[in-house]
Amino acid sequence: MLTIIDLKISNVGSIIKALEFIGVEYQVIDNPGKFDDVTKIILPGVGSFKAASQALLSSGFYDAIRTKVLVEKVPILGICVGMQLLALEGEEGGTKKGLGFFDAKVKKMDNIVGELVIPHMGWNDVQTNELTVFKNIKNHSCFYFVHSYSMNLRENVNIAVTNYGGDIVAYVNKGHIHGAQFHPEKSQESGLQFLRNFIELC
Amino acid sequence: MLRKRIIPIVLLDGYSVLKTIKFTERRNLGSPVTVMKTYNTRNVDELILLDIDASKDNRSIDKFTIQDLATECFMPLTVGGGIRSITDIKDLLSKGADKIAINTIALENPCFINQAAAIFGSQCIVVSVDVIETKDGYSIFSNGQKILGVDLFSWLLEIEKRGAGEILINNVSRDGQMQGGDYKLASSVSKFVSIPVIYAGGINSPQNAALIGRCDVSAVAISSLFHFTDSTPEDCRLAFKEQGIAAR
Repeated sequence: MLTIIDLKISNVGSIIKALEFIGVEYQVIDNPGKFDDVTKIILPGVGSFKAASQALLSSGFYDAIRTKVLVEKVPILGICVGMQLLALEGEEGGTKKGLGFFDAKVKKMDNIVGELVIPHMGWNDVQTNELTVFKNIKNHSCFYFVHSYSMNLRENVNIAVTNYGGDIVAYVNKGHIHGAQFHPEKSQESGLQFLRNFIELC
Repeated sequence: MLRKRIIPIVLLDGYSVLKTIKFTERRNLGSPVTVMKTYNTRNVDELILLDIDASKDNRSIDKFTIQDLATECFMPLTVGGGIRSITDIKDLLSKGADKIAINTIALENPCFINQAAAIFGSQCIVVSVDVIETKDGYSIFSNGQKILGVDLFSWLLEIEKRGAGEILINNVSRDGQMQGGDYKLASSVSKFVSIPVIYAGGINSPQNAALIGRCDVSAVAISSLFHFTDSTPEDCRLAFKEQGIAAR
C-alpha cells in the first residue's frame, strides 16, 4: 500500500487530504515496526533538515527506508524537506546526514538567489522537461515552493528546474527515487496531477 | 519567475468569519466553511486565517475548526491567533496548516521565534506585525494598545535575525477603511528586510493592490475588498499583469 511516513515533524495533514481527494488507498505510519505491505513511500516534510534528520535516525526510519528503497526497490517520493533528506547531507543547523540516495548536498540558497529574498516562497514555474511524473501537466506550470535551502547535485540525474535568481532543482529523479522541492499537495490542479502520476506511472 | 501572491485574509472570532474596522468595530460574515469553499473554487494563491480573539481570550485558535476548514482548502494555508507554545504549532500543522503566524508571543518572548524556526524551519514561521499611524511614523500595536518603546524597524530587524520566514505587516489605521493601501509602509518594510513581506491594510481595488504590488513586497493580503465588493482575487491578478507584475 502507498505509505506516508510521519516523522512527527511533517505536515501529513495536507498530503492526506490530497490523497483522499485523488481517491487512493494509503496508510500513515509513525514507526518502522509497522513497515510492511509497502508498495510506495511518500516522505513529506515541513521543518528544518536538522530536525528531520534527527527524527529519521531516532525513529529507526533511516535504516528501514534505506532497506525498502535500495534492497526492495520500493519507489519513494520525498517532498520539500523530504526531498532534501534524499541527499547525502544537509547544512541547515550544522551538517547532518541524509538518506544518501543522491550524491548531493543541501545548502542555503543565498549564493544562487543574489538580491532576492529567502525563503523562496510562493508560486514559481517549473521546466518539466517532459519527465514522466509531469505527464499531462503543461511545461512551465506553477507549483508552490517554500524553502530556504536547495539541493546541489554532484551527479547527473533527471531534474526539472525552476528559476529564482538562478536555476534551482525543483524535482530530482533517479530510477524509482523521486524528490519534489515544491509542495504538490498545495499546488492545486498541477500538484494533484503530479501526485497521480507518481502513484500511477512511477 | 516567482509570482507575487494575492492572499485573502479570513478573520475568525473563534466561530464565525468577521471583518473588523480599525480592529474594533465588527461585522459577522457567517460560517468559515462557506467562505473557505468560495476561495477554494477560485484557486487563490494562498489563504491566511486568523483568530483575532484567541490571544486576548487566552486560548489558541481551535485546531478542530482548522481541521474542518483545511478539508476544504487545497492551497497553502497560514493560521494564526493565540499561539503560545511549540505544541500549539505542532497541533495546527498536523491539522493541515502550512505556516503559522505569531504576534503577541513574539513581542512578549522574542526567543520563541528562534525556537519555533529551529524546530519547524524558518519558512513555517510568519511573524505578524500590526502598526498604527502616528504623527512621527508608526507605532507597533498589540491587543488593542500601542506598544511603547519598541521601534518598528528595530523590531523588524530582530524578527528577521531570529529566524522568521516571512513578515505580515498590517496597517491597523487603514484596516477595513478601504481607502487605499499604505505604499510607503509596504515599500519601506519590504526594502528593509531580506525575507518575504506580505502587506495588509486598506487595499480598496485591484488597481490599488497592483500599486502596492509594484514595490518589493512578495504578497498583498486583502480582506474587505473581497468580502464587500464584487472584486475577486482573479481581478487582482489581472490588474497585476496589466502593471507588468508577475502574477499567477
